Amino acid sequence: MSEMQDLYLGKKQYSVLGQRPVRHDGADKVTGKAVYTSDLQLPGSAVAHGRIVRSPHAHARIKKIDASQALAIPGVLAVVTHDDFPNLAAKFAVMGEAGAVNLAHLAANCLANKKVLYRGHAVAAVAAVNPHLAEEAAAKIKVEYEVLPSVTWVIDAMKEDAPILHEDLRTDEMGKKRDKPTNITVKMVFEKGNIADGFAQADVVVEREFRTASVHQGYIEPHAATAMWNEDGRLKIWCATQGAFNARQQVAELLQIPVSRVVVVPCEIGGGFGGKIAVYLEPVAALLSRKCGRPVKMTMQRNEVFEGTGPTPGSFVRVKLGAKKDGTLVAGEAWMAYECGGFPGGVIGPGAMCVFSCYDLPHARVEAYDVVNNKPHTQAYRAPGSTQAAFACEQVVDELCERLNLDRIEFRLKNAAKEGTRRVDGPVYPRIGLVEVLEAARKSEHWKTPLEPDAPSRMTSIRATSVTEPFAPGAGAGLRGRGIAAGFWFNIGGVSSCSASVSDDGSVTLVEGSTDIGGTRTSVAMQLAETLGISAEEVRPQVADTDSVGYTFLTGGSRVTFATGLAAYKLGLDLQEQMKDRAARLWNCQPAEVNVEGGVYSHNGEKFTFKELAGKIAAKSLEPVVGRASVAPEGSTNGFGAHIADVEVDPETGKVTILRYTAVQDAGKAVHPSYVEGQMQGGAVQGIGWALNEEYWFDDQNRMRNASFLDYRMPTSLDVPMIETIIVEVPNPSHPFGVRGVGETPIVPPPAAIANAIFAATGKRFTDLPMSPHKVWKGLSGAGM
Amino acid sequence: MPRVFIPPQLRDLTGGQAMVEIAGASVREIVAALDRQHPGIAERLTTGDELSPALQVSIDGTLSRRGLDAKVAATSEVHFLPVFGGG
Repeated sequence: MSEMQDLYLGKKQYSVLGQRPVRHDGADKVTGKAVYTSDLQLPGSAVAHGRIVRSPHAHARIKKIDASQALAIPGVLAVVTHDDFPNLAAKFAVMGEAGAVNLAHLAANCLANKKVLYRGHAVAAVAAVNPHLAEEAAAKIKVEYEVLPSVTWVIDAMKEDAPILHEDLRTDEMGKKRDKPTNITVKMVFEKGNIADGFAQADVVVEREFRTASVHQGYIEPHAATAMWNEDGRLKIWCATQGAFNARQQVAELLQIPVSRVVVVPCEIGGGFGGKIAVYLEPVAALLSRKCGRPVKMTMQRNEVFEGTGPTPGSFVRVKLGAKKDGTLVAGEAWMAYECGGFPGGVIGPGAMCVFSCYDLPHARVEAYDVVNNKPHTQAYRAPGSTQAAFACEQVVDELCERLNLDRIEFRLKNAAKEGTRRVDGPVYPRIGLVEVLEAARKSEHWKTPLEPDAPSRMTSIRATSVTEPFAPGAGAGLRGRGIAAGFWFNIGGVSSCSASVSDDGSVTLVEGSTDIGGTRTSVAMQLAETLGISAEEVRPQVADTDSVGYTFLTGGSRVTFATGLAAYKLGLDLQEQMKDRAARLWNCQPAEVNVEGGVYSHNGEKFTFKELAGKIAAKSLEPVVGRASVAPEGSTNGFGAHIADVEVDPETGKVTILRYTAVQDAGKAVHPSYVEGQMQGGAVQGIGWALNEEYWFDDQNRMRNASFLDYRMPTSLDVPMIETIIVEVPNPSHPFGVRGVGETPIVPPPAAIANAIFAATGKRFTDLPMSPHKVWKGLSGAGM
Repeated sequence: MPRVFIPPQLRDLTGGQAMVEIAGASVREIVAALDRQHPGIAERLTTGDELSPALQVSIDGTLSRRGLDAKVAATSEVHFLPVFGGG
C-alpha cells in the first residue's frame, strides 16, 4: 500500500498556474525594505553583540580556555563555551540533508567539546555592548591547544594510519559496528542482479576514477541570529533559516528546554541551498542572552561562513560501466567515498542512490563510504551527493558513446530509466520524465545548431584513451566542443501546514510555514488562487513564525511548491466549502445546491463572484471564513534534467569559456515559469562554478587559505552566457496540478556536461574538479604529467 | 504476501536470500516476522522501538518517514534505504 495517492486532476487549462505574476515579496526586496536578520533592530532594549572565537588549527585538543582578560574589559557581558550546554545524551533529530543528526555532535559543532576538528571550529563566544568590543574581547580569550596531526583528503582519512578524529567512532555496516576506531562512519552497499554476469556480456567496458573538492553553497547572506532569552523563561530567536520549526527543534533539544518555550521568527533569507538547515549561531546567541540578560545579535563574517559552516563534500568515485556494441548497458559498478568533515552524517546515502539513477541497468553494485576528516562538517548543497555521482557516471557514459561511436542522446534514450525501472537501490520508479527531457534536448535549438563552423574541434582526431599531444604555445585560439549530461534528484514530500482568512474585499491572507528561499510564497499563493478561482494578486502570503502556523517541515529537498502547495490546494477546498455554506445561507438553500466554477458561486440564476460573496458575508455579519489544512505527503516527485554545454578552451591559459548553455528539466507543472527558469539557471550557474573554479584550497597545515569571495571564485554574470531553459511537463501523479520539485536537479548535470564538452573540444578527459585553468593547461600541455 | 527486499549487508542473516515474502500489515510486523525467521535482523534494522534513525522505508516505491508504523499491503514491496532530505 502506498501513501502516495493519485491526486492529479488532469486539468489542461489553468487560470493562474503558468502565469507570471509579480512576486509578492518583489517590491520589498528590490527597494531594500525586506527585513533580513541582520537588519533587525529591537525596540526599547540594549542589544548585545556576540562574536565567536575559532580554532586556528585543523585538529587539536583544547587544554584550557581562559576568558579572564576578556571579561575584565568594561562592556563585555558574558562568555560561553561548550560547558554552558547541558549534558546531552546521543539523541537524533530529523533534519534536511542527512535525515537524522546526532545532537551531541551538533552541540559540539556549535561550540567545540574538548577537541577542535577543523580550522574555524567554534570554541567560545563572547557578548559585549557593541560589535567592535565583542571582536576585541574575542581576541583576548586565550585558548591553549595541543595540536594533533590532521587529514583532509577522504582517501587518506580512510587509511589504517590516518589521524583518528573520534576515538569512539566505529564503522556502521547497516546496524553492525566494526570493533576498532576509524574515520569511516558508514559503509553501505546496493546490488541488483549479478555484476559478474553483467560485465561478461559487455562488448566494451569503461572504468574511471573521479575526484571532487569541497565546495560551498556561497549564499550571499552570511548566517545571522538574534536571541532574546526573556525573564519569563521564553526564548525568541530571529534567524536566517531554511526551517523555523527545525531550528526550534534543534535549539530546544540542544538547550534541553521544552519546544513550547522557544519561538523562531524566520526573517527574509539571502540564500540557503541546504546550508542553512543546521544551527550554528542560534543556540550560542541564546546561551549568551541567558547569561547576560540582554538580547544578543550575531552575524558571521564571510571567512567564518567558509570555515565554520557546512560545504558539500569532496569525494572519490570510481565508476565502471559495460555496454553491448548496440549501446545497451549491461552492468555498472561504483565505489564511492564522500567526506563528511568533522562529524559523522554526510550525504553518501543519496549520492550512492543517485549514481546510476538515470539508467535501467540490469546488473549493478554500489559500495559507498561516509568518512570524517578535518574539514567543516558537510551539509547539503542542492541535490546533496548527486552532483559528485553524476560527474563520474555521465563522463563514463560519454566515454562509452565515444568508443561505440554512438550519439550521446540516443544512447541515453536507449538506456533511460522509465516508469517501472527498478533502481539499483531497489524501488521501482513511478511515472517519471527522463525520456521526455532527453527528447526535448534532442529537439532543442541548441542541440540542432552545430558549433561555429570555423571552430576547430579535435573530437574526430584524438582518441579518448590516449594522452593528447602537448599543445605548443600559440597552437590555436580556442578549441570548441559540446557536451551533454543528465541528472536526477529525488525531491521529497513532508509535513506542511497553512491557514487563511477571507477579507471583506475578497482578498485572502495566506499564512504558511515554509521559509521562502526560492519564490515559494508566490508559487504556494498561486496554487491557492487557482483552487479558489481568484487571481494570485488577491492572495497575500505570509511566512509565519513557529507560534503562528502549524508545524511545517523545512524548506529543502525541493518540497515546498509540491507539499505546501498541496496544503494550499486543500486549504482552498476548505475555504470553498465555507464560502458555499455562507452562500447557501444567503440564498436559503443547502450548501450542496450551490455551484462553484471559476470562483463564481451560483444557485437558481443568482450568482456572486468570490469578491462579492466575501463582501456579503461581512455585510451580513456571517461567520468569517477562516480555513486551514495540513498535509504529510510521502515519497519523491523525481526530478530529471539534461544540460547541454558548448565550451571554448584556450590551450595557452587553460581557461574554459562557456559559449552556450541549455538546461532542460521536467517540472511536472511549472506553477510560475519564471521561478522555474530561475531555479534552472541558478542551479546551472552554481554547477558551472563547481565545474570550473570553486574549491576549498588547503595549505600544508590543512587550513583553508581562500576563505573569501575574492579567492573562492564563484561565477559572476560576466562569466556565463544567458542560460537557456526548456521546461518539460510530465505531471506528477501525486499532486493535483502535477507539480514536481525543481530547485535541486539543475545543479547535478553541469560539471559532467562541461567535462564532456571539454573532452569534445580537446580530446582530454578531466576527472578532477574543479577543472580550473591551471589544471586544464597542465593537462593539455603535458606539463607535470 | 508482502515482498521484503533484503539489503546486501543483511543477507548473511537470510542465508543469502535477496528477497523474502513475509506476512505483515505494517513494517513493525514485517520486521518482527523477519526476525523470527532470520534471528538478528531486527537488531540491525531498529534502535529501541523504532526504525534505525539512519534508515527509511520504501513501500511500493514511495519513501516513507513513518518508520515501523508504515502500513504494508498484501502485494507491497518493501525496501530499507538510507535517510536523506535535500538542500
